[in-house]
Amino acid sequence: MGLDIKIPIGLMFSILGIILTILGFITNGDAEMYERSLGHNINLWSGLSMIVFGAFMLLTSTLVKKKKKE
Amino acid sequence: MQTTFSLGTIDWAIILIYFVFVLGIGWTLKKYMKDATAFLEAGRSLPAWVTGLAFISANLGALEVIGMAASGAKYGMMTVHFYWIGAIPAMIFLAIFMMPFYYGSKARSVPEYLKLRFDEKTRGFNAFAFAIMTVFASGISMYALALLAQVIIPMQIDWNFLGIHIGEFDFYLFVSAIIVLVYMVLGGLTSAIYNEVLQFFLIVIGFAPLVIIGLLDIGGWEGLKANLPENMIHTWKVSGSPDANPMGVEWFGILMGLGFVLSFGYWCTNFLVVQRAMAAGSMSAARKTPLIGAFPKMFIPFLVIIPGMIALALTNIGELELPLKEGTMITDFDKVIPVMLMKYMPVGVLGLGLTALMASFMSGMAGNVSAFNTVFTYDIYQSYINRNKPDQHYLKVGKWTTVVGVLVSILTAYVARSFNNVMDFLQLIFAFINAPLFAAFLLGMFWKRTTGHAAFWGLIGGTIAATIHHGLTLPAKATVGVKGGFINVLHTYPSEMAQNFWTAIYAFSTALLLTIVITLVTRRLKSDEDLKGLVYSLTPRIKDDSKYWYQKPGFMAIVAGAIALALSIIFW
Repeated sequence: MGLDIKIPIGLMFSILGIILTILGFITNGDAEMYERSLGHNINLWSGLSMIVFGAFMLLTSTLVKKKKKE
Repeated sequence: MQTTFSLGTIDWAIILIYFVFVLGIGWTLKKYMKDATAFLEAGRSLPAWVTGLAFISANLGALEVIGMAASGAKYGMMTVHFYWIGAIPAMIFLAIFMMPFYYGSKARSVPEYLKLRFDEKTRGFNAFAFAIMTVFASGISMYALALLAQVIIPMQIDWNFLGIHIGEFDFYLFVSAIIVLVYMVLGGLTSAIYNEVLQFFLIVIGFAPLVIIGLLDIGGWEGLKANLPENMIHTWKVSGSPDANPMGVEWFGILMGLGFVLSFGYWCTNFLVVQRAMAAGSMSAARKTPLIGAFPKMFIPFLVIIPGMIALALTNIGELELPLKEGTMITDFDKVIPVMLMKYMPVGVLGLGLTALMASFMSGMAGNVSAFNTVFTYDIYQSYINRNKPDQHYLKVGKWTTVVGVLVSILTAYVARSFNNVMDFLQLIFAFINAPLFAAFLLGMFWKRTTGHAAFWGLIGGTIAATIHHGLTLPAKATVGVKGGFINVLHTYPSEMAQNFWTAIYAFSTALLLTIVITLVTRRLKSDEDLKGLVYSLTPRIKDDSKYWYQKPGFMAIVAGAIALALSIIFW
């Protein structure tokens, strides 16, 4: 199929990752908010792992591979 | 405790972004949907890792996620039998032995393979049963989604539309149906598969924090063990007798009923999953599809069963109270996942977890609709209603079938809502029809003499045997009716699961015996030439064209089997 699925996956997780990371930074140290997750800033950690995963998907997609060939 | 969620703006934004991507994928795929093959078979062009993840994701619908977490809380570690013994061996068998026939025969569906290998009536029986079953499955998925959405996304909806009252349930049902409809009509099977891959990653990334925080809270695996009864933290050790474990089953029933008949019957013959492998771009990719799926499949229990076990352990030490089923005193284990999400997830990751849950509902629907489309268009419409039309005609029919499939699913969702018994009854009938199916495939693929009459009557006989067995037995503490015993109660099983496993064993054995006997007394109608590519002994051995030894299906199969075995021993 013409669309490489890595592109939408990479984009979506990058965007969601950035949102969660920013949220994590802003709310860092908010004891009340992170009482649920036992004090761990889980938004920051999830966000950062999603950015890494999203970037990995984008970097290995045809988007990048095609450019390299040119 | 009230099971209501307070979602923040961020949570809503995450859900919305997911929907945008789902529809965007469909929209981008639209321009590639030029013929029926592209729409209904994904053009047979997808890479193995995509079809492999879709293969397990199609089965990882919400009913599975919710159901497995509930089983984790009810039965504990034994639930992994549905994975390590109840899926991996069958997936390996499909890849190594059966895929060459499915993919190599150029059959476009499982019923079509039955037509090529046996005859028209065997195909017809399978095609109709499967088509009806998939729309019902899709409807049940929609029903469950709307029900859950009501709980987790509280909204007051009270509209009047042309005199018809529309509440939250109707709203969520229609919104999800429309989204699925749009992306399926735009991108066909490819849309369904791509969204399954997206859903797979969402489930992993969305549920992992839940499991990690939950385990930290309870004190790790040791803490979990300490707060659960001994018979809930083992898999095989407690399966010596039905009394020794909460599932009420013994090792033979697990091994033969679940591990062999039910598992092979599902993973090797159900078109919903087999269709994913058939969409792969090459024979090698098709064979690797179930094998690539097997690796994540083995570890899914840690994402879905462990949360259920943690929930029970927390309940045991008084840190959590699970909600009761409405109007009863029975614990509602189906709410384990939402309750756990609410307990541990702050705004942000909460939206992520809910999105993962919703994604699994939607792809559960879409997966069934995509399988229904193909079987209806090729095996019912093209075979019985309108033959020999140009390809464009079948593309159009495929698109309209999507619309009809979704509409019928909506109807089914309402049936499920108003008549719970009707759904139990239907699922039971489908279970009866499915149980003997693997017998026909096993004999058909490995014994060239097997005839069409034999396969057909074997299926019918097996279905009848399943019905009779169910009618003569009853699980402990159940009342006569849908649960069994409607003919006469000759035997009582310790649990419903034990009864199911044995129904499958009887159905399979009857079908196997009948097919062998009838084959011996009927004339063989298909010559060796006809059966080339359809039967093991008449098909040239496939040489896999993978570049490296570690990419070969044989090697991957051995590794997958070894890991599943190791896991079973570790969690013995």
